[in-house]
Amino acid sequence: MFETWYAIAALMLALYVALDGFDLGAGIVSPFVARSDTERRQVLAAIGPYWDGNEVWLLAAGGALFVAFPRVLASGISGFYFAIVLVLWCLLGRGIAIEFRSHVADPLWRAAWDFVFAAASTLLAVFFGAAFGNLMRGVPLDREGWFALALFTDWSARDPVGILDWYTTLTGVFALAALAAHGAVFLAWKTDGPVHDRSRRAARRLWVAVAVLWPVVTGASQMVNPSLFPGMGRRGLAIAAALLAVAGIVVVFVRLARGGDFGAFLGSCAFLLGVIGASAASYFPVMLRATGGDALSLTAYTGGGDEAGLRVALRWFLVGAPLALIYLAVVFRLHRGKAVAAAEGEGY
Amino acid sequence: MDDALVFHRLQFAFTIVYHYLFPQLTMGLALLIVIMKALGLRAGGERWNDAARFWIRIFGINFAVGVVTGIPMEFQFGTNWAKFSRYAGNVIGQTLAMEGLFAFFLESSFLSLLVWGERRLSKVGHFLAALALFLGSWISGYFIIATNAFMQYPAGHAVAADGTLRLVDFGAFVLSPWALVQYAHNMVAAVVTGAFVMAAVGAYYTLTGRHGPTAALFLRLGVTAGLVATLLVTLTGDRQAKMVARHQPAALAAMEGRFETGAHAGLVVIGQPNVAARRLDNPVVIPWALSFLAFGTFHAEVKGLDAFPPDAWPDNIELLYYAFHIMAGLGTILTVIALVGGLLWWAGRLERSRPMLWILMLAFPLPYIANTVGWMTAELGRQPWLVYGLFRTAHGASPTVHSGTVIFTLIGFCGLYLALGILFLFMIGREIAHGPGPLSPAVPRQAEPVHV
Repeated sequence: MFETWYAIAALMLALYVALDGFDLGAGIVSPFVARSDTERRQVLAAIGPYWDGNEVWLLAAGGALFVAFPRVLASGISGFYFAIVLVLWCLLGRGIAIEFRSHVADPLWRAAWDFVFAAASTLLAVFFGAAFGNLMRGVPLDREGWFALALFTDWSARDPVGILDWYTTLTGVFALAALAAHGAVFLAWKTDGPVHDRSRRAARRLWVAVAVLWPVVTGASQMVNPSLFPGMGRRGLAIAAALLAVAGIVVVFVRLARGGDFGAFLGSCAFLLGVIGASAASYFPVMLRATGGDALSLTAYTGGGDEAGLRVALRWFLVGAPLALIYLAVVFRLHRGKAVAAAEGEGY
Repeated sequence: MDDALVFHRLQFAFTIVYHYLFPQLTMGLALLIVIMKALGLRAGGERWNDAARFWIRIFGINFAVGVVTGIPMEFQFGTNWAKFSRYAGNVIGQTLAMEGLFAFFLESSFLSLLVWGERRLSKVGHFLAALALFLGSWISGYFIIATNAFMQYPAGHAVAADGTLRLVDFGAFVLSPWALVQYAHNMVAAVVTGAFVMAAVGAYYTLTGRHGPTAALFLRLGVTAGLVATLLVTLTGDRQAKMVARHQPAALAAMEGRFETGAHAGLVVIGQPNVAARRLDNPVVIPWALSFLAFGTFHAEVKGLDAFPPDAWPDNIELLYYAFHIMAGLGTILTVIALVGGLLWWAGRLERSRPMLWILMLAFPLPYIANTVGWMTAELGRQPWLVYGLFRTAHGASPTVHSGTVIFTLIGFCGLYLALGILFLFMIGREIAHGPGPLSPAVPRQAEPVHV
């Protein structure tokens, strides 16, 4: 049961990254690919029907962790207190920017929200990447299973660690590049005209950056967490996910060279799902790695709740999750085709 | 840690009170929008669609603020109340996760279709989008109430070997009688907010002689829905008070400023609790009424705070007392306003009665206050417990988050929410100044030139 819920939580987080990743990425690249007001609104029209629902995957993944692994959630969220609150503030500013921007036809109003949208999207990508880095590197869990991390200490990846050090900053930059690249291929798929052309050009450059950074981050992960890759070699699921990531990035490059924007977007999704999936499968059963030794780590078995409760939760989860996927399919179906900037007062 | 506890509580109280200003309107409006869209499906119902269009825009702005202020609420269980999350996650994590899965996905998937999709969808399709938002927001409300109901009246749980809670009876937990009664009371109270806001805008337009026919619809729906909802609030509130009397007698004693146990208990109308002297100053009391309302007989004994050790008393008796009395007083005032408004409408004189229009226009803050102090009554009455009778609030805060950190984020929330509030009022003010109108012609009208 704990294995199942570990997989569910990991899958939901991976879906969150692939889905909210494209609208975060669209926000990161929007200042570069969309210049006029109409172009900016084309970007917002492309992500408008999806962004809110995409963000719900984060809440839903958090909910899954809450019910299945209350010790992990309680320690993790309180230990990263500062980073979490900063993420909340960025989510707040970003949501308001998307929803309020086009209500008022004033150039200063819109320029201000464009900035908030791009800046918050950028910071969120870096924070999510750094969060991933923190999980890989580990946190200073005490015997009771609690920890507190400062935002930064001495930037080394050894105790006393901070949320940001050289390694987690590197994972943050990697996430920024990957989500920007993901957003660029999404915009290439969902827009036409100059935004489409610029998005494709941006995507080509950004995917080169991703392809360069990926092995660098992988090597650095091996340095800070030597147990990660031996774990991966023994697990078929981890290897399959890693192959999915490799296949995804190959598809992206082929499609970017030969055309086929939807294919590139699918490849990009496969890459993100593969990277998260491979990491989670290699990391298992650890959920919060302790820097003070493996005995202190919180795992799916030590951080979990009561099994009977998880069996109940699995029942409603198997009803609710397909519903969520059906809604997602309906929304994609209703908004199929290229997104066009709405008339004034008629949309995002 | 004790000094941090105050700030953990303050931050949660501030962010939840602020957050709930928005969902109470959107949950109430969602029902009224479904009614308007249903009336708009009939032949000749176009004017109802015009009315709905205006409220959908108001709904959209409120919904956006509700979403962005709601996300921090979910996370604060972990950031600020980590020990509580560890203790109760196996139980309350169920309802919180179900809210995401069954409500948030539904709402977020169909929100943009409701707000921007009228032209893209058929009439029935747009009605269905409104229905989806109504269902989503009311399902969301249920799971939050069920979570809170567990904290008020734990059911369906057992204590595991490690001292944390585990779920043993899902049905007893999710469908606890407390949850059902609290849900009914809370949701009709949200309809009161929606109805009074709608009536206030209708009254404003009527008094200023604008949007006459649509304003008449706002007044009509606002006053009738307000009348039904205020009466239901009274009924459900009575049921809830009886449950408090039975299961949280210390809370009832504090709500009433009742320090001494006894039969033939009077209902306090006004007075000031003097906790140090353990009495109510300047009391105005309806004799025997509390015994009757709480237990159905005039001679029933109602416990006072003297029946409980002081460490089981709610820790802010004065605030709890005032919150409860303001809620009850405003509930009465709102019912009277809705009754008089309903009578005038029935007599066909509502739109010409300037005093009543003034009252309706100015009354819209009252349901917001009533909803807020109603929740304060529930939450202050639950103290000193986080899970009633099982787990104290003092034991629930995050052990590694010190007061300096919480004060920092509390100040940040205050600043952000102040800015957000100003923006919100600006946006709503523009919509009300703009007013309702027909769907703009199918050919997109020329946009005002905007240079970025």
